[in-house]
Amino acid sequence: MSKARRNPVNMIAAHAILITYTLIALFPVFVILINSFKNRKSIFREPLALPDADSFSLVGYQTVLKQGDFFLYFQNSMIVTVVSLFLVLLFGAMAAFALAEYRFKGNTLMGLYLALGIMIPIRIGTVAILEMMVQTGLVNTLWALILVYTAQGLPLAVFILSEFMRQVSDDLKDAGRIDGLSEYTIFFRLVLPLVRPAMATVAVFNMIPIWNDLWFPLILAPAEESKTLTLGSQVFIGQFVTDWNAVLSALSMAILPVMILYVIFSRQLIRGITSGAVK
Amino acid sequence: MTALTLTNISKSFGQVEVLKNISLTVEPGEFVVFVGPSGCGKSTLLRLIAGLEDASSGEVQIDGNPVNNLPPAKRGIAMVFQSYALYPHLTVRGNMALGLKQAGKPKAEIDDRIAKASGMLAMQDLLDRRPAELSGGQRQRVAIGRAIVREPKLFLFDEPLSNLDAALRMATRIEIARLHRTLGASMIYVTHDQTEAMTLADKIVVLNDGLVEQVGTPMQLYNDPANKFVAGFLGAPSMNFVPGKQVGFPDVHVLGIRPEHLRITQNGRISGQVIYVENLGGDTNVMVETVDELQVIVRLFGQHDIASDTKIQLDFDDIHGFHFDADGNRIRN
Repeated sequence: MSKARRNPVNMIAAHAILITYTLIALFPVFVILINSFKNRKSIFREPLALPDADSFSLVGYQTVLKQGDFFLYFQNSMIVTVVSLFLVLLFGAMAAFALAEYRFKGNTLMGLYLALGIMIPIRIGTVAILEMMVQTGLVNTLWALILVYTAQGLPLAVFILSEFMRQVSDDLKDAGRIDGLSEYTIFFRLVLPLVRPAMATVAVFNMIPIWNDLWFPLILAPAEESKTLTLGSQVFIGQFVTDWNAVLSALSMAILPVMILYVIFSRQLIRGITSGAVK
Repeated sequence: MTALTLTNISKSFGQVEVLKNISLTVEPGEFVVFVGPSGCGKSTLLRLIAGLEDASSGEVQIDGNPVNNLPPAKRGIAMVFQSYALYPHLTVRGNMALGLKQAGKPKAEIDDRIAKASGMLAMQDLLDRRPAELSGGQRQRVAIGRAIVREPKLFLFDEPLSNLDAALRMATRIEIARLHRTLGASMIYVTHDQTEAMTLADKIVVLNDGLVEQVGTPMQLYNDPANKFVAGFLGAPSMNFVPGKQVGFPDVHVLGIRPEHLRITQNGRISGQVIYVENLGGDTNVMVETVDELQVIVRLFGQHDIASDTKIQLDFDDIHGFHFDADGNRIRN
C-alpha cells in the first residue's frame, strides 16, 4: 500500500481485529497443547497455566504410545486421507476438464448431476453404503473409507475445478493440438499446472473433513487394524472415566500431519481463493 | 497444385449456420487475408482449415490431399493465435521444440530449425526465457517462430496483431510481410483490421454473415467492389452512401462515393452543415450532415481551416460514383 493511502488509525484498527481473531482461533489449540504436557491434577487445577517443573509430565504421550496401535491408526488416517485426496483431485479434474472443454449432448445436465452431491449429504445414505460394503466384503478395510470419501469429495471438486478450467485459454489447448499433443497430454501438461491453485483449494477443503471424520470409520471400519486416528482416540474417552492426558496428547499429535499438509497447500490455496479478485 | 482448396464448406453450431457453402482456393506462396466484421465466421473458417473444428459438409484439401479426417498436427499447418498461446511452463526454446519433438524429429534437426527460425526473427537472446519474462511483442515473435520451425505447407494467423499496441502492430506487420517474402510460404491471415488486410494481402476474401462477398486483390476490391457491403467495408473513412435520386440518378437506388472524391464547391449536388472536423495533419476529414440528415465524410488532402456549423456544398465527378441497386448489388455500365 502506498504511503499516502496509509492511515495509522485504520492500520491499528485493522491489525487489532486480525490479531484478536487469530488469538480466538488459536486459543483452543493452545490450551490442548499446553495441557497435553501436564499431569492430570494440574490440568484440572489450573487449565490455563503453562506447564512448569511441578506440573510437567509426558504421561499422556506415554499412554498413547504404549497403546501400541496408535502408529497404526496414524498410518491408517494418513493412507485414507492421502489416497482419497489423490482420487478426488484426479477424477474431479478429469470430469471437470471434460465438462469444461467438450461440447456434447447433455453436458449441462451431466454437470448438474455431478454437482448434485453438494446439496445432498452423503451420510443420508449411510445404511445403503454399509449394506453395499458388507456385500462387497469391503467392511473393515481402508478401501471402504477411501471410496466413500472420494465420492463425498467429488461433487465440490468437479464444481470448483470446472469453473477454473473454463478460464484456461482455448488458444493454448488448440496450440497443443496443432503441435500434436494428445488430449491426455494437454490435460496433464498444459491445463493441470494452470489450475494448481484451484486444486490446492479443493485439497484443503476436502482434507480436514476426511481427517476429522468419526462417522464412517465408526460404521464402516471399526476393526482394530483399520481404525483411524480419530476413532482410535475415542478409546481414551469413556462413559465414566476419561483419560484426559491421553486424549489431549493424541489430539496434539493428530494436528501435526494436517498442519504439514496445510503448509504444503497453503501458498497455492491463497492464490486459489483470491484469484479472479485481482488480475 | 493448390495450397488449399475449400469445396462447398458449411458449418453449423446447432441451429445457427455460421458458414454457408464456401468455396475457395489458395495458390502456393499466396498471402490470403480473410476480412470481415466480428461474427462473420472468418475465425471459424480458419479453425476449420486447421482441423480444430469439423465442417458440417464440404471438403478441405491441403496441398492436394483431402484432410477432413486428419487431426490438426498431421495437416501440415502451423497456427499463430491472437493470445500468443505460448506454453507457460516451457522456455522459448521448449515452446518451439515441442511440436517437432512430438513428431519424433531428431534432436540435431530440431536445434537446427530453431537456430534458423530464431535468427530470422532476431530472438537468439530470448531462447532460454519463459513466456512470462517476455513483452507482448516478443511473445508474438516467439509464437511466429513456433510456427516457422514446423515448416508447414500453410501458415494460419488468427488476428495475431490485435493484442499489440499501434507502433508494435505496424512493426510486426512489416515483419510478417518480410517473412512471407523470405519463406515464400502460403499464408492465411484473419483480421478485422482493413489496414492489415490492404497492406499484407495478395488476395483478400471479404466475408459477411458466413458468406464470401468478394475475392480479389486489395486494389480490385477497392476500385471495383462487387456490392455495397464490400464498398463500405474497405477504405477508411468508409464510403459515403446517398440516395441516387438526390444526386441526379433517379434509376440508381444508392450511390456510393469515396470521401476523397468529394470536393467542396460553391454550387454542388449535396448541401449540408459541417458537424465535426478531424485535423490529422496530412489529411482533414470533414463530417457533414446533409439536409436529409444523412452523414457524409469528405477527405481533403492537406490542412484546411473549416469551422463547425458552416453551411457548405459538395460535389463529385460522375465517374467516381458507384451505383448500387436495392439489394446492394453493383450496377455496372
